[in-house]
Amino acid sequence: MAVEESLASISNDLVYSAMAVYTAALGAFALDLAGRGAAARPTGTAPAEQSAVRSVAQRVSVPVAAGAAEADGPVVARAGENPAGENPAGGSHAGRGRWANAGGIAVSLTWLAFLLHLAAVTARGLSAGRAPWGNMYEFSTAGAVVVVGVFLVVLRTRDIRYLGTFVVGPVLLTLGLAITVLYTPSAQLVPALQSFWLVIHVSVAFIASALFTLGFSTSVLQLVQQRREESRAAGTIPRRGRFMDALPAAADLERSAYRLHVVAFPLWTFTVIAGAIWAEHAWGRYWNWDPKEVWSFVIWVVYAGYLHARSTRGWDGRRAAWFAIAGYGCVLFNFLVVNIFFVGFHSYSGV
Amino acid sequence: MSTTSEKPRPDPSGAAEAQPPGPPPEVTLPPLGAVGALRWAWRQLTSMRTALLLLLLLAVAAVPGSVLPQRRIDPARVGQYLSEHPRYGGLLDRLGFFDVYSSIWFSAIYLLLFVSLVGCVLPRSRAHLKALRAAPPRTPRRLERLPGHARVVVDLTVPEALDGAVRALRSSRYRVARHDDLSISAERGYLAETGNLAFHLALLGLLVAVAAGSLLGYSGQVLVVEGGSFSNALPYYDSFTAGPSVDRGTLAPFGLTLDRLRVRFDATATGSQFGAPREFDADLTVRDTPGAAPRKVTIHPNEPLDSGGVRVFIVGNGYAPVLTVRDGKGQVAFSGPVPFLPAGGNYKSLGVVKVPYAAPRQLAFTGFFLPTYALDPQAGPVSLFPDALMPRLALTAFVAQPGQRDALSSGGVYSLDVSRLQQLKGPDGDTLRLLVQPGATVTLPDGAGSVTFEGLRRYAALDVRYDPSKLWVLGFALVALAGVTASLFVRRRRVWFRVSADDDGRTVVEAAALARGDDPRLPDEVRSLLATAGMTPPGGRGAESEE
Repeated sequence: MAVEESLASISNDLVYSAMAVYTAALGAFALDLAGRGAAARPTGTAPAEQSAVRSVAQRVSVPVAAGAAEADGPVVARAGENPAGENPAGGSHAGRGRWANAGGIAVSLTWLAFLLHLAAVTARGLSAGRAPWGNMYEFSTAGAVVVVGVFLVVLRTRDIRYLGTFVVGPVLLTLGLAITVLYTPSAQLVPALQSFWLVIHVSVAFIASALFTLGFSTSVLQLVQQRREESRAAGTIPRRGRFMDALPAAADLERSAYRLHVVAFPLWTFTVIAGAIWAEHAWGRYWNWDPKEVWSFVIWVVYAGYLHARSTRGWDGRRAAWFAIAGYGCVLFNFLVVNIFFVGFHSYSGV
Repeated sequence: MSTTSEKPRPDPSGAAEAQPPGPPPEVTLPPLGAVGALRWAWRQLTSMRTALLLLLLLAVAAVPGSVLPQRRIDPARVGQYLSEHPRYGGLLDRLGFFDVYSSIWFSAIYLLLFVSLVGCVLPRSRAHLKALRAAPPRTPRRLERLPGHARVVVDLTVPEALDGAVRALRSSRYRVARHDDLSISAERGYLAETGNLAFHLALLGLLVAVAAGSLLGYSGQVLVVEGGSFSNALPYYDSFTAGPSVDRGTLAPFGLTLDRLRVRFDATATGSQFGAPREFDADLTVRDTPGAAPRKVTIHPNEPLDSGGVRVFIVGNGYAPVLTVRDGKGQVAFSGPVPFLPAGGNYKSLGVVKVPYAAPRQLAFTGFFLPTYALDPQAGPVSLFPDALMPRLALTAFVAQPGQRDALSSGGVYSLDVSRLQQLKGPDGDTLRLLVQPGATVTLPDGAGSVTFEGLRRYAALDVRYDPSKLWVLGFALVALAGVTASLFVRRRRVWFRVSADDDGRTVVEAAALARGDDPRLPDEVRSLLATAGMTPPGGRGAESEE
């Protein structure tokens, strides 16, 4: 079966269009964040009052992983619904000044970019008549669309707009890298990849990686927030990064990060198991310590460490956060370095 | 080691949690004496921090195996690495860095981890089994200090209120116990701890199953040329490894013939995808036992042959030129296909032809097969495309001393030891380089004989594998997945109701709940249980969290 060149080139145009819109969305998210910082700026507010505002803001915008995380229903109040009956408008929207609309614009732009991006990935798949993830370029573009998709889905129920900059920024970077460095012309698959396990194994890996990405961003924010809270407790007002004042408290960020990781971990476990089943079908061995397998295992172990660190008595969330960050480092390494530079059976980068 | 038990909260009910409330006691010096020291060491090993340290060590220890070549995957690359790094290669080798996953240190880490796991999981399993049989803990005296506390005045009698609460709890799948003090205690979410324990025990089972597989399984490799056959018995294998419990004499007695290997390469794609393989289909005729009726099977990557639990995978392919070699006396000394192993881009393949029966001088050839031949000014003969569009053999020839019969006895099938051979020279005195096209015969100088390139066949590289424990491995992996999912998502909750009559004779219901770990929905749970029991508080204000 031949490759539809016209569809492949439409896909490339769509990627560029999506990138342009993502860039605009990134700008809007940054303005939104700056506006939040300005609104939450402590100058002129009495400390007690300020902390009251903050606590309301936290209550309203406690982010949470997708609803699937909960075995017996959603756990945190939906955005806008407030268990304590307090005024939800409290800290997050009041007094936002001229950037009050930036957040909404950013979300709309992200939706537009996401649709363009999704169309690009779909066109790419149609051009070769297969799942659009057969080489590094396609892994990157399809993986990025899943990250944005998960973000937008979570956004429908929880106000996590404050994460937008940290989601759209990396996505834009990924697309840029993909189209310049990793680009591979559309083609059919090598026989080793011609299996329905490609669809199962890789798509679940995408979703797990997307959640790890969101979890990583949240954990980084948590560490930054924790530092600010500590320096504030020590009596110094942090001068830089005031936008952080609009974000939830470190403890809430920690809980959100945990919820994201708790969904991601079983999905990653499934990814590894599905990969092993596929390896057994293709090569006859379910586990051969191929570099890709080694790093998938390392990722699994590090995130298992995260879960254990979090339930270790006497440890605050900080050490667990470092585990999550290390785990995400391994995810990136597994994708970028192992695919391209390591010799192994998973040599499908196409680069 | 546990995945879900979280930092304990100060527990106002006292009886509700097995762990003592408040911060853990300070670490005290270990008591003296051998038993005490052992107990101390055991407690250290089974502590969460040790488990974490071992987990981290395991992750770090696994990394070198992805960076350095590993003997069990690619022994040739290990040899190459050792020769390229003579200074520290030997040291790394002694330390087991080329067999990371069977090295002492890697094994030590995971075995310690599993000992730690057992030490933690067994006592917890015992405690959990006890909890599964026991009634939910008694109602604490002061419910108002618990999260999700609610107090409602209802239009029911005390017994009606109690019955309603029990019904509501049962319909929400709580385990319920009624107490004499007109109170009810209930608990749900035992599955969380069950899943947690199942996860850890399944990992243990996984390890045992993998080990069993390496004891009872075997694997072997064989090249089969189109038209050629293979029987599942030791002499037919090119290489074979088996676990110590395998009876090498009685392998599953199937046999197969490779009728045809269909290979297609991408001739339309551009860039790095040009020439990428698109199809490897091997048409086989299989007999599951020597007397059985033959069946036709097509295998390709991702779809192996299965015969009595033994699976045959196609893992590679290449070209086997069919050659006829005549010796100095004009006799046919060799005739048949010779597999050439891919050694460069586009299936530029390396091969060796040994002709020990040539007389008076033994003959040997070595060189390349090029499926789409071109001559590169720098690199010499190259192949431009993996398919056989313009097949050529580029060979050099060697001869032994007349009458010497053991010049070819050393070296394997795919390597040539030239120490007792002499390379033939061309008329210009340079090394003789033959370029042979299909159908052509080239006569060697000095009356050494001739070589004919009769035709071209493909061969399939097959992996034969038998692993009787792999379904157990899969089963344990799936139990682990289910267990970890349950442990992370099922919420363990305890709920109490107390019913009393106040001074005005009205029935007052008090309810409260406690969860393991943080559970922001706990107040909602209490409210919805009250609603199910028909005890909706007036205006919703009565059922608010006291937090």
